[in-house]
Amino acid sequence: MKITMYVNGSEHARDVEPRMLLIHFIRDELGLTGSHWGCDTSNCGACVMWLDEVPVKSCTVLAVMADGRRVTTVEGLARGTRLDPVQQGFTACHGLQCGFCTPGMMMTARWLLDHNPAPTETDVREAISGQVCRCTGYQNIVKSVLWAAAHEGDA
Amino acid sequence: MQVPAQVEYEKASSVSHALSLLARYGPEARILAGGHSLIPMMKLRLAQPEVLVDVNGLADLRFIRVAGGELRIGTLTTHAQLLDSALAAGHFAILRDAERVIADPIVREWGTVGGSLCQADPSEDLSAAFAALKGTMIIAGPGGKREVSAREFHTGPYETVVGPVEMLTEVRLPVKAGAGTAYVKVSRRAGDWPVGAAGAALWLDRAGVITDAGIGLTALGAQHFVAAEAEDYLRGRRPGPEAFAEAGAIAAANCRPAADQRGPEDYKRHLAGELTRRALAVAARRAGWGEGTGLGERTP
Ligand SMILES: Cc1cc2nc3c(=O)[nH]c(=O)nc-3n(C[C@H](O)[C@H](O)[C@H](O)COP(=O)(O)OP(=O)(O)OC[C@H]3O[C@@H](n4cnc5c(N)ncnc54)[C@H](O)[C@@H]3O)c2cc1C
Ligand code: FES
Ligand code: FES
Repeated sequence: MKITMYVNGSEHARDVEPRMLLIHFIRDELGLTGSHWGCDTSNCGACVMWLDEVPVKSCTVLAVMADGRRVTTVEGLARGTRLDPVQQGFTACHGLQCGFCTPGMMMTARWLLDHNPAPTETDVREAISGQVCRCTGYQNIVKSVLWAAAHEGDA
Repeated sequence: MQVPAQVEYEKASSVSHALSLLARYGPEARILAGGHSLIPMMKLRLAQPEVLVDVNGLADLRFIRVAGGELRIGTLTTHAQLLDSALAAGHFAILRDAERVIADPIVREWGTVGGSLCQADPSEDLSAAFAALKGTMIIAGPGGKREVSAREFHTGPYETVVGPVEMLTEVRLPVKAGAGTAYVKVSRRAGDWPVGAAGAALWLDRAGVITDAGIGLTALGAQHFVAAEAEDYLRGRRPGPEAFAEAGAIAAANCRPAADQRGPEDYKRHLAGELTRRALAVAARRAGWGEGTGLGERTP
């Protein structure tokens, strides 16, 4: 089936099997390997990207369901060479160890801050509650997101 | 690596278009809503539909409104939309209680009310909530629409009355004065399916007598998700700790939980009693009963 997707601002048209999962389309067809493919069972959130403006576990939707829609992956977070405050927060607060969960955590964090610019620690924990960090660095992930919230307006 | 088997894909543009696609492709066609139950099942090859009929474009099935003395919920409403609805929570706090603990915030953006009900997993939280509220399901088919009680909707695990060329379009919940509702769930970790859960709805008259009661049990082996004997016991009584404890004991005695990876049978039976008691206590308080009694105030 022929589909067209707008990924991080660029248009991509491909002919795909309807059974192809969005995560595989993004990683294997488009070569955007920032989004990770972890549990494969909708539980870990390593594959979280945005479909339009809404985060989704991309191992749990088909690529054809994204036909005609916008997709944003972790590669689309930075503005040119300027990192998103969320990315800066993860740098400043040591928000990653192995980095496997990081792209999904960042996409969820960006979504949270877009809807709730001044989250509490509880809000952050609730937002990432469907995601797993196998290095169990939750403490620093939460700190990183709160750092981003506090530095959102900085130049 | 889990990948679905070969499948064809069609986008429906209206309810009647969806129904005609289902009719054209026959019994191996399946409706695709949020896909958050169906796609995992397809990846495990527990489901192998030949054709998917994607109904996500049917924006007119995404609504929550009050009409005709009922709260009406379109089946493409997502869990997140139901959770955020002040209208829904204002009438039935049980819906917010339940939605807060269904899956996680990301899954809730995609899973739909209709998908939850039609998946008919015995652990699906909304099935018990709507059974407690004595809702009505609206099903569209080639001959028009029909209504089925929420309590007759599920015919067994993963089975409903929805036929191969039919689609669930709406859930209707009767709005009556004197109602108080609540949902209490125990799960192993945040975002997980319930080990067990109970939903309660109580309707009190002005004298404080229970005129009607609805009790739904999730994942606890209750027929049609309902604790009917406990409801019968409560009708005509006054709310109170003894009445709620007894109703819990009746609910526990009449359900048939099965041991699985989430817990042994005796523990689940204990949960049936205790969660019923707690849900009733919170529901009664929300119906205006026993202000300041402290009963249930420490429960979630
Ligand atoms: C990680 C995870 C955790 C979860 N935790 C919970 C939980 O704690 N509690 C809980 O209750 N649920 C839980 N769920 C399930 C979630 O609620 C369901 O996935 C979701 O609501 C199903 O809706 P859907 O729109 O995704 O349905 P789909 O997957 O699209 O469909 C499910 C089934 O219903 C059929 N169907 C869908 N819509 C209709 C319709 N309108 N008419 C007729 N048939 C239809 C489909 O053909 C399919 O057979 C969890 C899911 C995941 C992935
Ligand atoms: S790979 Fe998608 S949730 Fe784990
Ligand atoms: S940093 Fe290793 S999984 Fe989170």
